[in-house]
Amino acid sequence: MAHHDHAHDDHAHDEHHGPEKGIMRWIKTTNHKDLGTLYLFFAFTMFFIGGLMSLVIRAELFHPGLQFVDPEFFNQMTTMHALVMIFGGVMPAWVGLANWMVPMMIGCSDLALPRINNWGFWILPFAFTMLLGTLFMEGGAPAGGWTMYPPLVLQTGNAFPFLIFAVHLMGISSITGAINVAVTILNMRAPGMSLLKMPLFVWTWLITAYLLIAVMPVLAGAVTMLLTDKYFLTSFFTASGGGDPVMFQHIFWFFGHPEVYILILPAFGIVSTIIPTFARKALFGYDSMVYAVASIAFLSFIVWAHHMFTVGMPLAGELFFMFATMLIAVPTGVKVFNWVATMWKGSMTFESPMLFALAFVFLFTIGGFSGLMLAITPVDFQYHDTYFVVAHFHYVLVPGAVFAILAGVYYWIPKWTGRMYSEKWGKIHFWLSAIFINITFFPQHFAGLAGMQRRVPDYAVQFVDWNVWSTIGAFGFFLAQFIFIFNMLACCYGWFGRKQGLPDRVWEGAHGLEWTVPSPAPYHTFEVPPVVSDNELTATHDAVDALDKHKLS
Amino acid sequence: MKMGRLARIAAGTSLALAAFVAQAYTETSGGYNLPTGVTDLSKEVHSLHMLIFWICVAIGTVVFGLMIYSIVKHRKSKGHKPADFHESTLVEILWTAAPFIILIGMAIPAAGTLIKMEDTRNADMTVKITGYQWKWEYEYLGEGVKYYSTLTAESNAARQHDGNGLLSGAAWAKTFSKAELERLKNVDGGNYLVNVDNELVLPVGKKVRFLITSNDVIHAWWVPEIAVKKDAIPGYVNETWAKINTPGVYRGVCAELCGRDHGFMPIVVRALPEAEYNAWLAKQKGGEPAAAAAPAAAPIEVATAPATTATDAAPAAAPVEVAAAAPAAPAAAKELSKDELMKKGEQVYTANCSACHQPTGKGLPPNFPSLVGSKVVKGAAMDHIKQTLNGKGMMPPFKHLSDLDVAAVVTYQRNSWGNSSGVVQPAAVAAAR
Repeated sequence: MAHHDHAHDDHAHDEHHGPEKGIMRWIKTTNHKDLGTLYLFFAFTMFFIGGLMSLVIRAELFHPGLQFVDPEFFNQMTTMHALVMIFGGVMPAWVGLANWMVPMMIGCSDLALPRINNWGFWILPFAFTMLLGTLFMEGGAPAGGWTMYPPLVLQTGNAFPFLIFAVHLMGISSITGAINVAVTILNMRAPGMSLLKMPLFVWTWLITAYLLIAVMPVLAGAVTMLLTDKYFLTSFFTASGGGDPVMFQHIFWFFGHPEVYILILPAFGIVSTIIPTFARKALFGYDSMVYAVASIAFLSFIVWAHHMFTVGMPLAGELFFMFATMLIAVPTGVKVFNWVATMWKGSMTFESPMLFALAFVFLFTIGGFSGLMLAITPVDFQYHDTYFVVAHFHYVLVPGAVFAILAGVYYWIPKWTGRMYSEKWGKIHFWLSAIFINITFFPQHFAGLAGMQRRVPDYAVQFVDWNVWSTIGAFGFFLAQFIFIFNMLACCYGWFGRKQGLPDRVWEGAHGLEWTVPSPAPYHTFEVPPVVSDNELTATHDAVDALDKHKLS
Repeated sequence: MKMGRLARIAAGTSLALAAFVAQAYTETSGGYNLPTGVTDLSKEVHSLHMLIFWICVAIGTVVFGLMIYSIVKHRKSKGHKPADFHESTLVEILWTAAPFIILIGMAIPAAGTLIKMEDTRNADMTVKITGYQWKWEYEYLGEGVKYYSTLTAESNAARQHDGNGLLSGAAWAKTFSKAELERLKNVDGGNYLVNVDNELVLPVGKKVRFLITSNDVIHAWWVPEIAVKKDAIPGYVNETWAKINTPGVYRGVCAELCGRDHGFMPIVVRALPEAEYNAWLAKQKGGEPAAAAAPAAAPIEVATAPATTATDAAPAAAPVEVAAAAPAAPAAAKELSKDELMKKGEQVYTANCSACHQPTGKGLPPNFPSLVGSKVVKGAAMDHIKQTLNGKGMMPPFKHLSDLDVAAVVTYQRNSWGNSSGVVQPAAVAAAR
């Protein structure tokens, strides 16, 4: 604790380094906090657009029959919803949170490559303008699913090259973000912060960054092959030319499975940060949490073919991928047990970030259970490409990744803006979200088991009940998010008489360097590296501390 | 929990509202679980599914139980003071090892079932299944019997979108209309979207091997009650099998996104006792080789016949009737009037062409060209016939249609939506083949 004041001293001359005025501040900025803000605003814009698309889908599926849209447009909606939510919503939200928090958590002044950081962000609006622009082209947007399986995707009309180029741009943006975060974490930690003392959010992001660097180029390669198949007479994936349509699926899912951990690992980090704060008790099993995340990341590279059990792999392949997939339950289980052990005999309070973090543990675990069921190959033959799968991945992505993003924003927005959000409206937002998200996705398990396949605009009458519930839930969840938006904007702009004047340590149980700087965090923080006190970190790793500090200095 | 009065009111109101709306608009109860099915393997798959489910429930009860206990008891508002423990290697090893052992317990039966499912040896007969955008073709290998299977005309007509968009009040009214739901419930005798013109007929008690492939994009052939789902991939021939124990009608769907009408290419398997199956097969061989070559009226007849639900035992006569409609005398030589051709042509068009070229003939450019005033339709009749027979680019060939059907559909296209390019007789089609 002795080093608190030291951190403050760093900001004595903030006024001299303030941001530019006007729009050019945002276009030219290389400041990690500005870019974090841009990423987050971009992500929430995309969540809104992707959410509207999901409402089109759910409106059409409320009752059987085609009431609103042509089947082709419906397929465009499912395809675009996925692309927008994954590449435009969740991934930029994580990069935004990393931008804001990683430097403040490891005690450095900015990311290692600030100009790359600016470029990485500003690629995104162009990529998504191009992708969303395809909706207005002749032939419409891509409709072959976000997985872009050939030969179907090759039937895409004028939108095709725009889809491929947009994916390339998103990939470049992700890779720049990932390199930046990895380089920063490995080189710019404050003296005294050894790897095994880093906050869990930093750890999960470091591993996420490596996953991104490993797999985004694979995706770029796959879609480039699609491009040449369509326009340059190659036959990578065209059977009639000697190519292999299944090879695309192998390449795609070699990217795609690590990708799903890219979407969820930072969530693990956030939940591992929030639960100790509000349980007022150190994270249980810190080291095992780090090893569990690393194991999950490793396993993610050898389970890809569980997405394609029905393509007709050899028996040995099906067995291998079944066993490898089941293994993921082990480190994931360890994480859940550690979270529960952290709460155990704590002194818990239930502010909005904690509520979302607890809901994450409950609902992500439900998604984990259905994931384990899906791993069982012979049963997966029944589940595959049904609403059971839709329910599964939405449980891990919405009450999983998205709830963790919401929890993170609630947790840190007082630090960012210096204003406390309305706890009352935060709680209302939480309960509405938690209720409606379950109304949306739980019935989809039943619809899928009863035989409803994915990606259809119309269905047999026997599935009507589950779909009615699901649609009600989706509209409710969407509307509830406006509470969040207003609550957060009120913090940003001081609406409803929100006043600044919070203490540095906004939450009484919070640990970490970000709570040693003022609220709101000044434009520049840690221009001089802080001296890291063990008590300030996870408050647990006392024994090895002296030795590490010695080594680093 | 200090939830706040407003939060509680909001939560309660939202639940009540959701329940109210749902209660007003939910209807029948379909299933909520995997079917047990009618093969030994489907039963094994079902019990595997239930086993894993109950293991998950047990683990969930323990984990969530502890969590809820902790949330209730270990809270600051009750004055609970935080404990100090934060690591234990022994505990970590225990809760790494315990799930591992449970997983082994799951993996052993799962592997056993999987090995049986992949053993396609010693089959009694083989059916080749080919996926098309958007229909299935069934070929009984070595029997010379081969036909297409398409969504019935009745379901197909009932599912057409009337062109209203999201901003249309009429579309919303239709969504909330009980009468509309009632209408769909009565389509195809309660089998809206899961009924076909020509069913796949199989014998019970025989090991049937399926060879599954595709002619265009990837499809997946899925019938839940026989626990078979396999991708149909162009350039690949996938193998799987089923041995059905109980006669009956089992419905399935295409499970892999395959374009615009992915949701509209269902599968119906009718399992018959062996003797009846043999009679059916003999009839198929005796008549025209392809049931689908029947006049286009056939699907309509099937559609109006009372359909059985998936779990009913099959009335033995029904499939034979379907088949009997097939071998109508070859009508190729006969000259037909324009009205006759137009009438038949509309049926053939609805069943085969309208998915891409649309009921309006306007297509969905640029993938599916408009037929209104198109070069092919206005040009030489022979070129039009040849493109219909042989396909072009993305358009599949329609050689399997009879001369009469092709003549009718070409005539229909050449004289609808403002087109006026003359009549084509079956003889011209025969000459073009």
